Amino acid sequence: MEELEREHKSHRMGMHTEQLAGRTQQVFFSPAEGENLLYPGAFDVDFNKRAEFDAGEMDSKAINLKIRELMSQGYGTIVVKNPLAKHSVGVGILNRLQLYFEGSLGYFGVGLIDGPNVRIKGRVGWSCAENMLAGTVVVEKNAGSCFGAAIRGGDLVCMGDVGSRTGIDQKGGTIIVGGRTGAFSGFMMQRGRMVILGDAGKNLGDSMYDGTIYVGGEIESLGVDAVPDEMTDLDIAWLERKLALYGLKAPNGTAKMRKIVAGKQLWNYDNLEPSEKKIVL
Amino acid sequence: MCGIAGIIHRGATGDIGGEMTSMLLSLKHRGPDSTGFAIYGPARSGELVMRFKVAEQEDLASGFKIHHQIKERRAEVDRRIAEMGGEIVEREEPTEYAGRYWLRFDGDLRRFADFIEDIEGVEILSIGDGLELIKDLGDAGRVAEQYRLRGFNGTHAIGHTRMATESDVDIRSAHPYWAYPFRDISVVHNGQLTNYWRNRRELEHRGHRFMSNCDSELIAVYLADRREQGLELEDAMRASIEELDGVFTYLVATSDSLGMAKDVMAAKPMVLYESDEIIALASEEVAIRSIFPREIDTFDPYEGEVRVWKS
Repeated sequence: MEELEREHKSHRMGMHTEQLAGRTQQVFFSPAEGENLLYPGAFDVDFNKRAEFDAGEMDSKAINLKIRELMSQGYGTIVVKNPLAKHSVGVGILNRLQLYFEGSLGYFGVGLIDGPNVRIKGRVGWSCAENMLAGTVVVEKNAGSCFGAAIRGGDLVCMGDVGSRTGIDQKGGTIIVGGRTGAFSGFMMQRGRMVILGDAGKNLGDSMYDGTIYVGGEIESLGVDAVPDEMTDLDIAWLERKLALYGLKAPNGTAKMRKIVAGKQLWNYDNLEPSEKKIVL
Repeated sequence: MCGIAGIIHRGATGDIGGEMTSMLLSLKHRGPDSTGFAIYGPARSGELVMRFKVAEQEDLASGFKIHHQIKERRAEVDRRIAEMGGEIVEREEPTEYAGRYWLRFDGDLRRFADFIEDIEGVEILSIGDGLELIKDLGDAGRVAEQYRLRGFNGTHAIGHTRMATESDVDIRSAHPYWAYPFRDISVVHNGQLTNYWRNRRELEHRGHRFMSNCDSELIAVYLADRREQGLELEDAMRASIEELDGVFTYLVATSDSLGMAKDVMAAKPMVLYESDEIIALASEEVAIRSIFPREIDTFDPYEGEVRVWKS
């Protein structure tokens, strides 16, 4: 029973990864191996132990140090009030943690994280969750450009609209946008999934190497080597399950969403030497 | 990098000097070299307000002679205003090298500006019914203190914190720029224009003058030129998105409007807050938060977007 509870808990925490193909599209971590998921020196925190503090008069470094100090004291649920759009807040957390921001974050918020579940009640600036490795980040309002740049794992969700270059250089994980995204979203995407429930700006998926982009609204234009692909039952099942986790729905139903993948026709996919290429072309 | 900010009160006035100072202080890390304000205060009937400088701040370190030259230049400005048929109603000297005049003048503003600026070291920063353009070296706190900007009442303002990249650290290259010779039009910009020289040559052939080599000045002159050709402000801004190449976000203000334009790549940031009473924009949300400590909804305008608001 305890084992089952831990398993449910780990699922709720988003401690799972996605496989891009195959019958089972998600792989859950074994809760029994939870200890192996912790970094050496990570703090042993208790989610039932809650702390909150007012960040209104603190600078970014002081806020980050305060979060760390609370984690070292075993607090597993931390509420940060009045972050006032300060930059680089909540970064580098390599720990299990329930972290709540009651307000907005500036640039580079919750970047380089590995493990925490973050909920931001306001908006985030540019490059939210850059290089995130695992965990979940939910933004309740809008986000700036470069949302989820180079993320490698975890779920990054924005309930509202996001700026341009969403998921630039994405290497894994899932980015979900409840509204619209700007130009060059998925630029040089390499792996992972991006779900845009609203419209997508021009040059979507430009020069993407791999990965999948789903769009519920209109696409202004596709980028170089980004091509439409057919939605499969697996895609639909995955989308419905994933969106349900965050209480989101595709406006016209998941079956009508469009799927964009890499055409893999760019020069980096061929084996020709430049001199040979000249002859072929 | 540079930081830009704008604020407009709808159907009301406020302490725009204090508000813009707070916003620009929050953006200080984006550019500490110089700070500039374009503030739109109440117009005086039949009078123009002119901001100008007769020397650069750094000139004061060049020897004792400059102090005498500044006095001579000020006297020459007064003499030429009189010669052009203008009348100085009121005058202030916020710094040794800066001036603020209220004038009566109803002649050709381009000829007037050209004649005054023909004096060595003299540059008109702005002329208008309500526009006052103030810029100097240092952060917003220092400039606001020097020019007593806190408590300055008005409808709207734009501002700039500059990180000099391709031109000098001096007042001449600081932002905002007045859209010479159009009264009450000013511009601030964050970015880089890559077809600067081609556009500059074209505009110079049409008789426009440039006081610096800063690409931001080109946007002001470009908009002035398109306005001269009869385009409405918003149409001129839309044309700029097509004709100016590079990465840029800029703000433009007129006597009763505030506008923003973002290039097609959306490579330069802008965050926007809009309500029935006020619109505030800045390179970073932290600047907007400096005047709205309560929770508000903000968003990023998209690539190629142009917006204009009236006061």
